[in-house]
Amino acid sequence: MTQPSEPMATADILGALVGALAGGRIRVIDLTQTLTPEFPQIALPPEMGQCWPFRIEQVSRYDERGPSWYWNNFSCGEHTGTHFDAPNHWISGRDLPNNAVDTIAVQNFVAPACVIDCSQQALANPDYLLTVADIEAYEAAHGRIPQGAWVLMRTDWSKRQDPEAYQNFDETGQHTPGPSAEAVRFLIDQRAVLGFGSEAIGTDAGQGFHLRPPYPCHYYMHGAGRYGLQCLCNLDLLPPAGAVLICPPLKIENGSGSPLRVLALVGAVA
Amino acid sequence: MTMPLMRPARKNPMLRTRQLNLPPAARGRVALGITAAAAEGRFELQACEDCGAVQYPPREACHKCLSPRLRWQQQGGDGVLLSSTTLHHSNDMYFRERLPWRLGLVHLDAGPTLMVHLHGDVPDAVDPPVRLRVGARLDRTGQAVLIGFPTEGGAAMADDKMLREMTSDPKFRKVLVTDGKTAVGQAIVTSLVRAGADIVWVGHAEPWKKTADMQALSALPQVTLVPLDLTNGRSVVELAGAIGGKVDIVINNAEVHRTFGIAARRGIDVAKAEMDINYFGLLRLAQEFGPALRGRSADGEVGATAWVNLLSIYALSNFPPHGTFSASKSAAYSLAQCLRAEMRPAGIRVINVFPGPIDDEWNQHVPPPKVGEGALASAIVKALRDGVEDVYPGDVAQEWLERWRANPKVLERELAAGGS
Repeated sequence: MTQPSEPMATADILGALVGALAGGRIRVIDLTQTLTPEFPQIALPPEMGQCWPFRIEQVSRYDERGPSWYWNNFSCGEHTGTHFDAPNHWISGRDLPNNAVDTIAVQNFVAPACVIDCSQQALANPDYLLTVADIEAYEAAHGRIPQGAWVLMRTDWSKRQDPEAYQNFDETGQHTPGPSAEAVRFLIDQRAVLGFGSEAIGTDAGQGFHLRPPYPCHYYMHGAGRYGLQCLCNLDLLPPAGAVLICPPLKIENGSGSPLRVLALVGAVA
Repeated sequence: MTMPLMRPARKNPMLRTRQLNLPPAARGRVALGITAAAAEGRFELQACEDCGAVQYPPREACHKCLSPRLRWQQQGGDGVLLSSTTLHHSNDMYFRERLPWRLGLVHLDAGPTLMVHLHGDVPDAVDPPVRLRVGARLDRTGQAVLIGFPTEGGAAMADDKMLREMTSDPKFRKVLVTDGKTAVGQAIVTSLVRAGADIVWVGHAEPWKKTADMQALSALPQVTLVPLDLTNGRSVVELAGAIGGKVDIVINNAEVHRTFGIAARRGIDVAKAEMDINYFGLLRLAQEFGPALRGRSADGEVGATAWVNLLSIYALSNFPPHGTFSASKSAAYSLAQCLRAEMRPAGIRVINVFPGPIDDEWNQHVPPPKVGEGALASAIVKALRDGVEDVYPGDVAQEWLERWRANPKVLERELAAGGS
């Protein structure tokens, strides 16, 4: 019998992982929305600079423009679709070292994830703000959030397939759930999380501009050198604890974020 | 009296959709002067600066005194019908399909005698003499033709069969308005409904940005909101696939207007957004809806007929405080000329509208006079009914056009100095 104190050889760990993936004991879940021209982008007041939506134009499709091949050109912003936010995205993180997608240590792109289920609260209240009490209730049920973990707020918002319902605008702006300023501070100060992820268009709530400070998740998380993930989906397929996220953004020089594929490794359903 | 046009019966889908045969289109360079004036709704003939004679047909020199000093002069068109005739036979394919067709010989009070197409409300009798008024219109080739109108028309005068060949009345037609989000778009839609349009499809980009006005618009029974984002090629393709075969008139009013020159705003994102809608949007729309319109330009009494572009008077000469917007409209203007050339063989009229500053939020700092959305919408419907090609709504547009024609270089200098 192996001594508990004796670490597994790394080759064995990777071999076991590959075996578990091949055998289906560890499954890969896609947490990414498909990039389509119809997927909504963040909307700012029209006098401000705007993030480009995803756009795609055919170069050729086995036709006179290229007889044997099919390919497209596409354009989008760094914050289009399911995307990663780097600390330099926000003014609070602008002077931090390694604050851009190309300089963030790559180890951070593979990390555990804790999924806090707020789907019932968000169903009742689109403006729902994750509280410290929600985090404490989560920990009472599923254990303490480990240092360096992603905290993902499950709201089932991604199930809103209709862009109008997903954006949820009225004359006072957008109404989507997000974290309270206190919850963000708690996750940074008390739990040293790696970052915060959400299903809605931003890590902050739709009405986050009216919180103190405005957009607290962006302001505090990026100010503390932490990251953001937004427009995630399939969070309902993840266990509350124990999933591992693989989420490397594109290596854009001094980029503030990037669309990316977010994958989760999870154990087989018990 | 002309009988009002009745709602045409639904077409028989078993029969081949009729294709258009064009009327004779050849005109000499001098004769194009009549077309140039008619494109803006005026009837002009050459007048001699030396002896004052007015002449028709246009020539290189005065037919009376041989002076080459001729200028184009607007005509009232009043005259007497000398004779009239009704064609029951023609070797020309266009007229053959539209017989019977009335022609008249008219002696203008201004001097010349000319042959005109006769409106149905002009009587045949020449005793007592019939007074009438000659006007110029554009035919399906876009060339000027002369028409004898009654001095007093009936209520349904516009429904005359011959006149409808020269115009694009929205009555009973199906229209696409590409952007219903703006006040201008909404005014265009309600004007079309008032003008008797059968269906108005109204483009609705980014549907999550809702406005109360838009909701009210969709309550009109003629109006259907459709997803259309001119920045998204696929959106244009899909809408053309869904309704392209039914659209008779396209009104492209979608635009992005920001108020920057070169130095006033860092980067090119705003200029790009302007180009993406104002120029590339027109290109995407024309590639997808153009062929559908061209194929249906002789499809019954209310077939495909016109394409309207909302440009800007800034398309003629750059207004530096709105410099990148001006450039995008100038590009759109150039493309609209290409579209006009490509639509002409199918008999589809391309109408370019060049308003002065519109009274909207992006012109908040521009002092009056500004064009209200209602006036702009009326100008568009009037252009369709009158069959003109170029419209300049608003005092500013009229004044700038005059200055641009007088001397484009002078206007450029004046605009650089602030505009007045």
